[in-house]
Amino acid sequence: MNNTLSPPAASPPRRTIEIVNRSLKRRYRAERRFRFYGLLAIMLSVLFLALLFASIVGKGYSAFWQTSIRLAIFFDPEVIKKDTLVNADYAALVRESLFKRFPQVEERQDKRQLTSMLSSGSVYRLRDMVLQDPDLVGKTAEVWLPADDDMDMLIKGHFRRDLPESERRVSDKQIAWIERLEAEGRLERRFNTMFLTAGDSREPELAGIWGAVSGSFFTLVITLVLSFPIGVAAAVYLEEFAKKNRWTDLIEVNINNLAAVPSIVFGLLGLAVFLNFFGLPRSAPLVGGLVLTLMTLPTIIIASRSALTAVPPSIREAALGVGASKMQMVVHHVLPLALPGMLTGTIIGMARALGESAPLLMIGMVAFIVDIPKGFTDSATVLPVQIYLWADSPERAFVERTSAAIMVLLAFLVVMNAGAIILRKKFERRW
Amino acid sequence: MKKAVIFSMVTALVMATVAAVQAQQRDGISIVGSSTVYPFATVVAEKFGKAGTFKAPKIESTGTGGGFKLFCGGVGIQHPDISNASRAIKASEFEACRKNGVTDIVEVKIGYDGIVVANSKKTPALKLTSKDIFLALAKEVPDPKGGENLVANPYKTWKDVNASLPNVKIEVLGPPPTSGTRDAFIELAMEPGALKFEPLKKLSKEDAKKFTKLFSSIREDGAYIEAGENDNLIVQKLGANPNALGIFGFSFLDQNTDKIQGSFVDGNQPTFENIASGKYPLSRPLFFYVKKAHVGVIPGIKEYLAEFTSEKAWGKDGYLSEKGLIPMPDAERKQVAENVKATKAMTEVK
Repeated sequence: MNNTLSPPAASPPRRTIEIVNRSLKRRYRAERRFRFYGLLAIMLSVLFLALLFASIVGKGYSAFWQTSIRLAIFFDPEVIKKDTLVNADYAALVRESLFKRFPQVEERQDKRQLTSMLSSGSVYRLRDMVLQDPDLVGKTAEVWLPADDDMDMLIKGHFRRDLPESERRVSDKQIAWIERLEAEGRLERRFNTMFLTAGDSREPELAGIWGAVSGSFFTLVITLVLSFPIGVAAAVYLEEFAKKNRWTDLIEVNINNLAAVPSIVFGLLGLAVFLNFFGLPRSAPLVGGLVLTLMTLPTIIIASRSALTAVPPSIREAALGVGASKMQMVVHHVLPLALPGMLTGTIIGMARALGESAPLLMIGMVAFIVDIPKGFTDSATVLPVQIYLWADSPERAFVERTSAAIMVLLAFLVVMNAGAIILRKKFERRW
Repeated sequence: MKKAVIFSMVTALVMATVAAVQAQQRDGISIVGSSTVYPFATVVAEKFGKAGTFKAPKIESTGTGGGFKLFCGGVGIQHPDISNASRAIKASEFEACRKNGVTDIVEVKIGYDGIVVANSKKTPALKLTSKDIFLALAKEVPDPKGGENLVANPYKTWKDVNASLPNVKIEVLGPPPTSGTRDAFIELAMEPGALKFEPLKKLSKEDAKKFTKLFSSIREDGAYIEAGENDNLIVQKLGANPNALGIFGFSFLDQNTDKIQGSFVDGNQPTFENIASGKYPLSRPLFFYVKKAHVGVIPGIKEYLAEFTSEKAWGKDGYLSEKGLIPMPDAERKQVAENVKATKAMTEVK
């Protein structure tokens, strides 16, 4: 073999540095690829998240505005008598005002179409005004009344005006009236306070999420009050006091198992135990909270235990060394250090409980409830259930309301999870 | 010591709450049952509640069968007062009710609901017969080559089924087996369709059980797609796929007339008028059932019944018809309203 003539690349490398140099390029390439895969994974997740948000916000933002019509209402003392303030025929006032504004409408059919442009909820709006201020009777006032959901959809562009009349839910005449009202400045998209303050309704323009938000609040209060102390106590006992034997192993396996059990199972358990055995009321946040407590307990116990194991043994030994009892060691030293981690776990568990609807199905919290719950035993529903119910409603206007309700739920979840992160960042200590 | 006191106080408090809750009187009506009646019952409940005298009833959509199970659980505030149903109560359910002490039940028929077979407006409306529907959707059909044999459904396109139909793939989105809509669809469309065939007609007389199994088995080879209980989803999918058909309640067609259209069935399109007059074959009565023992105990039941059976609710121009409920003829409404007023309990299941 002639060594001098052969190119250096072909000769087998002899020194280590040569071997390294040869493979260096390949290794750099592999590293770049590896990083790129990671980046790609993150970008994909961000993309999906962005798509989700875009589709929900894009569909839902318009629900925060509601088409309203301004009418001059004469609170006729003939209609509203002193003793019938509550159940006077307020619809007649609306009709009267509309017919005065459109005197050319005479046929019965047309009159029906005209009155149907306003929401049936305008009656309650007027009633509440009079109940608040009985002096209104006999006076005329300009009042913004909510428009019917079909008109609202037309104004928001969800119904096309160029379709033949038979194929849309708004007639030609109604469009003409709408356009006239718009020209006169009597029709406007106003901020939809109803959506944030009202309970559920079958009329989209009157439906609000406050009922569901209060239901979620009462349910979560019960869940928090029960699951946090129980979870922390269980974790402290298992981690600090219990002997390591077969029994504790068995308990640990069961807790880990429970964390993975499908949530509907907890609903079935709740039905059998809390409703059928204890006879607690159906659809009450009390029972919902109990069921969700069962569901979040394993999460909290597991998080709390890992927070406890993260506290270095030296702290314990030092406490015992200066003469603290075991309880003093736990309460004065270990628990304060582990608490941020426990709180984080609890908040994450709560966030999961907030988004849960399946276990509540079995205990009757998936229901149509108009009244806003005022306590732990009132019938109530929760946010995810409200979303589910609206998604299932035939009226078109519920599409945007469903998305808007999802936005509200997401906002709560983001706040809770951000709270968990802030807590961790602020109080977490690393050793 | 201090801790023991706190502990015992907490325990006492919990016990007291439980006892208080148990003893509490329910002040609102509790309603369960069919998801088809749900959109109508909720409207009445809301109006009733907003009128101000009583609390708005709480309505759970549990499905007809699930509703009866709860309703027949017994008498007492922990059991619901009213059960909505998209079919009449079955003898077995009535029996179960009696066993648990629910002896007096008032049946209230509220009107009709149409089941539509709809497609996107981008393609022309189909003109179907119940025979076509049976041939397109049954798991087993009579051999197209003749004879009395049953074969696995060979039809791939609507044209295969009936030469006058367009040459597009059979693709039907419909409710799952747990749905009352599917039960009604099978009873109203598949059974009459099957009876159009002589051999099957003979079979229905000879072996009713086998016949029932035949017409109620929907094909599972992908032509029929179970779309879940969410009718809105089906409507959306029809918009995206102009060749597909969907099966759902009339109120969803009524709300989406700009996007979808109902197919003709046996010569009639599902319009409000056609369903009310009985010309459109796929329509079924809707009911609710009231526990008589609760009337007068739970406040507001009588008044809720009066609201539901008033002309402004279930009448021809009532607010329920705006939501898609097809009213009963005048005489029938009057009859039912009178029964309700007298809270006349049913004596047996027809």
